[in-house]
Amino acid sequence: MIRFDNVSKVYTRGARPALDAVDVEIERGDFVFLVGSSGSGKSTFLKLILREERATSGDVWVAGRQLNRLSNWRVPQLRREIGAVFQDFRLLPNKTVYQNVAFALEVIGKSKRDVKATVPEMLELVGLAGKERRLPHELSGGEQQRVAIARAFVNHPPILLCDEPTGNLDPGTSVGIMRLLDRINRTGTTVLMATHDDEIVDQMRKRVIELKGGHLVRDQDRGVYGLETV
Amino acid sequence: MRLRFIMGEVWNGLRRNSTMALSVALVTFVSLTFVGAAALTQMQVQQLKEAWYGQVEVSIFLCPPGALDDNCAEGAVTTAQQDEIVAVLEEGNVADLVQSVYVETREEVYESIVAADDSGVYAQLTPEELAPVLRVKLHDPEEFQVVADATAGLPGVQSVYDQREVFDDLFSLLNSATILAAALAGIMMLTAVLLITTTIRLSALSRRRETNIMRMVGASRSLIQAPFMLEGAAAATGGALMAIVGLWLAVRYFVEGWLTGSVAWVDYIGRDDVWSVAPWLIVAAVALALVASLLTLKRYTRV
Repeated sequence: MIRFDNVSKVYTRGARPALDAVDVEIERGDFVFLVGSSGSGKSTFLKLILREERATSGDVWVAGRQLNRLSNWRVPQLRREIGAVFQDFRLLPNKTVYQNVAFALEVIGKSKRDVKATVPEMLELVGLAGKERRLPHELSGGEQQRVAIARAFVNHPPILLCDEPTGNLDPGTSVGIMRLLDRINRTGTTVLMATHDDEIVDQMRKRVIELKGGHLVRDQDRGVYGLETV
Repeated sequence: MRLRFIMGEVWNGLRRNSTMALSVALVTFVSLTFVGAAALTQMQVQQLKEAWYGQVEVSIFLCPPGALDDNCAEGAVTTAQQDEIVAVLEEGNVADLVQSVYVETREEVYESIVAADDSGVYAQLTPEELAPVLRVKLHDPEEFQVVADATAGLPGVQSVYDQREVFDDLFSLLNSATILAAALAGIMMLTAVLLITTTIRLSALSRRRETNIMRMVGASRSLIQAPFMLEGAAAATGGALMAIVGLWLAVRYFVEGWLTGSVAWVDYIGRDDVWSVAPWLIVAAVALALVASLLTLKRYTRV
């Protein structure tokens, strides 16, 4: 589903690479934690998958596409196969819960009937049935993140990227979000989650990829957050 | 669905940035009013040329008795000299340029002078003190110089006068007015492009959150950019419509209502001419907006 072949990324010529010769493969349906301290290359890793950045060398493959050779006008097609969730939710403040989720379908040209059928189903899945008409500021942080997840997943993309989705949430709420992501993963969706949250990683016991200074230093099934320090 | 979505975005954008949209419309209005005025002035010039050049005559003044000019040193023109001049025009080298020659007799010249004279000074003249005038109509008024050269030196000719000289001053004035209007229009258009560029940029920045989400969920670049382009185009088209209304009112009340009444001998442009310019003004407005969009959007809504 996602494959990095000897991928390096250098932002400014001469600077230390943000990613350095990374080789990794993530299969369809995997649930993977991407861990590492700030500046370790996690964000760059996600940006390469979303094709917000291009690799300086090496090949990035996502959903059967070689991203280095992907022309700009095909990038939107790629992004329709990747849902993305962020720490800061990124909801539209003047749109309701329903409209925020519907927005993702409208801009890719889904029919009104499709939108009407899919959005309530998705809100039900993330546990927000009955809150369709609320505005984001009327919701708790956890609920806002559920809206963001609903928006990312409403198009049923095969890949879900999560960048610190629990970073702004308290531990109790985080557990709820993780349950939701686990449920989405069980539908066959590949979930890649960058996180600092050691408790969650240790509880979930999923595959863990650790980056350090741009190098891949660990790739472990059923791993924990900080193996090296244990 | 997409069309509705885009239209909704355009409407929201115009509503949220209504003052900017209004300023774009106004600056487009002013610049296109100049463009339209320049076009209408040129149309007026062409119309006058066609109407007047068809009527202008070359007047060959013959020597009257007692004239002091060198050409008339031999005294008043004789009938033989007059016939010779007419023969040169009707049968000589320039005959194929000449449409007709009319000999205005002394009496006719006298009458027309007296008729045009309000002061009464010329009434003291008598027809005998004047000379006949040859009114020559040409197939092509531009060939004046050839006819003038062929007749100016002939015995009995006092001077050759082309009425076009009167009009040419007027035409050069109108042409200068056109150039001035066009130059102002150019500056205003540049201002319009810059202002629209700024507006679109602000609009794109203020909606960064939306456009980022659109990018993220896989909206195409054209869908992301279309609302901004259409917003600029809509505001500019609004300006073009104002310019058309302005020109229409100016022609209706200033040209047709006032000039036609007070300076009646001129054949003026009319409201029809405004309608023939109108589509081009709208095209120009949309083109302005598109140029401005292309300059801006590449940078502010990258994929």
